[in-house]
Amino acid sequence: MPRVLPVAGAEWIGYRATRMQLALQEGASRSRAFEPVLALSAELSLASRHHLARNDLTAAIRNYRLCWVLACLDIKARYRGSLLGPFWLTLSTAVMVSALGFLYSTLFRTNLHDYLPFLALSLVLWGFVQNLVTESCTAFTSQEGMIRSLAMPFFVYAGCIVLRNVLVLAHNIVVIAVVFAIFAIWPGWAALAILPAALVWLVDGIAVAVALGAFCARFRDVPPIVASVMQIAFFVTPIIWKPELIQHGRRFLPVNPFFSLLEIVRAPLLGALPSWQVWVSAVGYSAVICAASWVLFVRVRGRLAFWL
Amino acid sequence: MAQVELDAVSIDFPLYHGNARSLKRTVVAAAAGRRLATDPQHRVVVQALRGISFALGPGDRLGLIGGNGAGKTTLLRTMAGIYAPVHGRIRVVGQLHALLDPSLGMNPELTGRENIMLRGLYGGLSRGRISQLEEDVQDFAELGEFIDLPLRIYSAGMVVRLGFALATAIEPQVLLMDEWFLAGDAGFMDKARARLERMVSGAEILVLSSHQHDIIAKWCTRVIWLDQGRIVADGEPEPVLQQYLGHALVRSENPLAAA
Repeated sequence: MPRVLPVAGAEWIGYRATRMQLALQEGASRSRAFEPVLALSAELSLASRHHLARNDLTAAIRNYRLCWVLACLDIKARYRGSLLGPFWLTLSTAVMVSALGFLYSTLFRTNLHDYLPFLALSLVLWGFVQNLVTESCTAFTSQEGMIRSLAMPFFVYAGCIVLRNVLVLAHNIVVIAVVFAIFAIWPGWAALAILPAALVWLVDGIAVAVALGAFCARFRDVPPIVASVMQIAFFVTPIIWKPELIQHGRRFLPVNPFFSLLEIVRAPLLGALPSWQVWVSAVGYSAVICAASWVLFVRVRGRLAFWL
Repeated sequence: MAQVELDAVSIDFPLYHGNARSLKRTVVAAAAGRRLATDPQHRVVVQALRGISFALGPGDRLGLIGGNGAGKTTLLRTMAGIYAPVHGRIRVVGQLHALLDPSLGMNPELTGRENIMLRGLYGGLSRGRISQLEEDVQDFAELGEFIDLPLRIYSAGMVVRLGFALATAIEPQVLLMDEWFLAGDAGFMDKARARLERMVSGAEILVLSSHQHDIIAKWCTRVIWLDQGRIVADGEPEPVLQQYLGHALVRSENPLAAA
């Protein structure tokens, strides 16, 4: 008989798993405490699909160290042998911000003191969003070799993309800091409001990476569509132009999910608290993104490897 | 106690993409003699495995034989939990290790040491186990100071040694091994064989896919002959191998009769 779990230990920690649940602990191949069981069946109920998807997520969270190391090594490998290393990211952002700053402040005739900090912040944050979305499209297709030779949780690949982009963002923060220092801007206590916002971004990032990764693996036409959507979003969202420039219907801005999600991070750093409408919109859209992503993942998890 | 059970497992590969890629796959599949079919939703699928059933317990050493495209690698991937069955069920009890890809997760831009650490993390090893792994691999692969240089400047032989050392460093209960593993230059194989044999004898269950019949005959206690995704014969190594070799002989002498 297979010894699935040391029973005494199980009772001691009050673990009340049924045989069925134990048989479904596919992701448990990571834990060495008991003999892992991999059980896959063609006729899975919705509940067991949920269970497998949840195991995927928890196994990825247990493997957070792998996600982190993968992200760090990615950046390291990308810039190995270059003089400035990852600080090329910082430098190119700095050049971009100063060039665009002078150009647009002339075009829009705005005050550089008001405009440049806003632009630097917006561009850096948008860079993160755009890279994240673009890389999410190839989250699984680019890992074809790995996925087809090792049963890793799919969330590991998604987590790696998010962490990698967080690292890139961290390098770009230098630019924001310098611009803020030059124009003597101090956000004050309002800046603390980015803590919940950062959490929202992190969760959304993983949800987007999983959903787009799976969707783009199945439908290879999606990545170019996503790229065009992001391009349009860049212009319709107040990134290079300030939201105050809209005279009529400014209160409809939170209808744009990109605006609200950007604003919950941007406004606190510029010393203002986002309005409740913005928060409602950001949290609402996040809930939709996460729910849609989860439903999709539960449905396609077993089929993903076939699509690569 | 390790255990492997497959019950009427079928795997279909859907051909979704109406482009050159799927066309290529269709042609490859047709060349391999795979049957194309349509599933209930009228999608074209390649039937990679059809109704595979067998059970293995501790001490079993299973050899998989069959021509190219018979479904050997797909069967190994299914047992490793990579492909979910379209029909039937599969159950594997025990810590599983699948040697399917020689360069699994190796990044040529990273150093040998970084690649070793990555592999350890992929295997879910603790920090202490990873430094053990590093020593063990360094000993076997004899990389010297190359361990701290990127893989991209390694010689082909060094990459093979590193990949082999990494893959064989973990001692699992259920070992799934694809045939690439037994390829390699003679000098290296002498050294590698001892290590591989240690790993194989440590595993409770071995499933090995190979074209090298002498290795199958030597290592395995049971052989399954796959053809076009079905089990043709299943039993003691000697009779099944003889049957398979006889069949292959007939086919090569008179291709029309075999077709």
